[in-house]
Amino acid sequence: MSTLVSDSLVMARRNFEHVRRVPEKLLDVTLQPIMFTLLFAFVFGAVIAIPGGSYREYLIPGIIIQTLTFGMMGPGVSMVTDLSEGVVDRLRTLPMAKGAYLIGFIVAEVAATLLGATILTATGLAIGWRAHGDVSTVASGFGIMVLVALTFVTLGGYLGMIAKSSEGVQGIAFMTVFPLTFLASTFVPIGGLSPVLRHIAEWNPITWMAAALRTQFGNPVAPPDHPGLPMQHPVLFATVFCAVLLVVLVPLSIRRFTQRTTD
Amino acid sequence: MAATTDSNVHGGVRAQGLGKRFGDFWALRGLDIDVAPGTVLGLLGHNGAGKTTALRMLTTLSRPTEGSATVAGFDVQRSGHDVRRNIGVAGQEATVDGLLTVHANLVMIGRLSRLSKAEARARAEELIVELDMGEFSTRLAKDCSGGMRRRLDLAASLVQRPAVLFLDEPTTGLDPLARNNLWATLKRLVAGGMTLVLTTQYLEEADRLADEIVLLDHGRVVAHGSPAELKARIGGQRFVVSFDTSEDADAARIPLAGIATTEVVIDPDDATRVIVPVAPHTSVVAVIATLDGTGLEPLDLQRRDSTLDDVFLTLTETPTAEVASS
Repeated sequence: MSTLVSDSLVMARRNFEHVRRVPEKLLDVTLQPIMFTLLFAFVFGAVIAIPGGSYREYLIPGIIIQTLTFGMMGPGVSMVTDLSEGVVDRLRTLPMAKGAYLIGFIVAEVAATLLGATILTATGLAIGWRAHGDVSTVASGFGIMVLVALTFVTLGGYLGMIAKSSEGVQGIAFMTVFPLTFLASTFVPIGGLSPVLRHIAEWNPITWMAAALRTQFGNPVAPPDHPGLPMQHPVLFATVFCAVLLVVLVPLSIRRFTQRTTD
Repeated sequence: MAATTDSNVHGGVRAQGLGKRFGDFWALRGLDIDVAPGTVLGLLGHNGAGKTTALRMLTTLSRPTEGSATVAGFDVQRSGHDVRRNIGVAGQEATVDGLLTVHANLVMIGRLSRLSKAEARARAEELIVELDMGEFSTRLAKDCSGGMRRRLDLAASLVQRPAVLFLDEPTTGLDPLARNNLWATLKRLVAGGMTLVLTTQYLEEADRLADEIVLLDHGRVVAHGSPAELKARIGGQRFVVSFDTSEDADAARIPLAGIATTEVVIDPDDATRVIVPVAPHTSVVAVIATLDGTGLEPLDLQRRDSTLDDVFLTLTETPTAEVASS
């Protein structure tokens, strides 16, 4: 057990080192979210009115969720690279603990994604966003952030196991996550959308996650008139969605990883 | 898990009837080897001969479909973890982490090989000196030249002072100087008691390093023995007969077969030359006489001792098939 922990930490440090070494990867989780925040806050913020609060208070939880979901891209690319370049094979010839590679991978990638979210939170604080309410509720909001990060890192890792190249991972992730984050309550309240789009957005898990964060942070949720079930219970829906995804993805990933590394 | 108690087991490498099938395709079949501790086995063959497949099974990366093997006294299937504690492996591609420095790579491998932090650092520094990597130890692996990465790869495989070292085509892509340096390093390691199994496409490499050679072709063992035995097996000497054109050379194979001990082949490097295996003391006149009345006139005639190249040419299919189709 102790070798599993220490080997996992060695692997985690290695993955985290990558974030430091690859400027693009570091920019993905630092400058890019800051840029998005500033652009949206000052451009959209000037024209969008949020009932029950300011646009900046509304925006920050949304953009945190967007960053966390885009956080699947980095792990996906790392995984496909390690598998295709023989790094995993090299590690498999060492007397290291079984499972340490995957555990270290998840730990480091979740930490990297959360670093991005932390930078965003700090940016938010700088431009006037605040979390309101009692400590435990706000803390549970951060708990949801960790859960979302874990879910999307796991999803990215799985994508890296089934894709053939890093371009493939980036393509798939971008083509799915990008539209999904916009067809949601991420940046604008969905009440103003056309009925069809509104319906899609209301059942989009990204809407649930953003609304869940807003609820826990005491920020305006701006639900549509006559909200459906998910918008009435966003915390529940977001949590269950992530939990179900993890319950499905974890065994699937372990199986796929074993397949990829056994012949 | 303890070592198997079989009295045949020793600290080197043994395999009996080792085979690997992918679907309907046998990548390797019937590999029997017995590499005594402190000796060098060369697995020689073209691309696709089954060399890497053999190495992957012996290093626990791939499960044998049939047969068995022990490495450093441990069964590769039953005691994989013990095997991994006693081996070093460097694959065909440089498989270190490109985004870590040379030093950090070695420390990481050390930590994963059960060394403490201090031991891993000390071992990394030792290897950096031993393999002369001092000037680029703080460079990222991805920024190292091919030769440097090979050295790093070798260093990584030596971190846990393995009893048995496996190298998959260690000098492919290296310039002659780097290749010679690597050979010298490997000789030093073997002199220190390490067992070495390496795959190679280079006959010179097998000749220079290996005590024993297994020649693989399309997944089968076609020859097995010391370099000297293999050369002796296919006959003592060769005449190289040069012609004006490759057509003449090809036509001359039939009459020249009259004095040849084994198959007459076209030189893979020069299609206007025919290589004729002959018994020792065969005279030049006898060679010329076979061409009498054929209208084929040799431009040049050279006698030489057999080389491993000839073993390769005679016993494996690919080169002759290529010559025949071109």
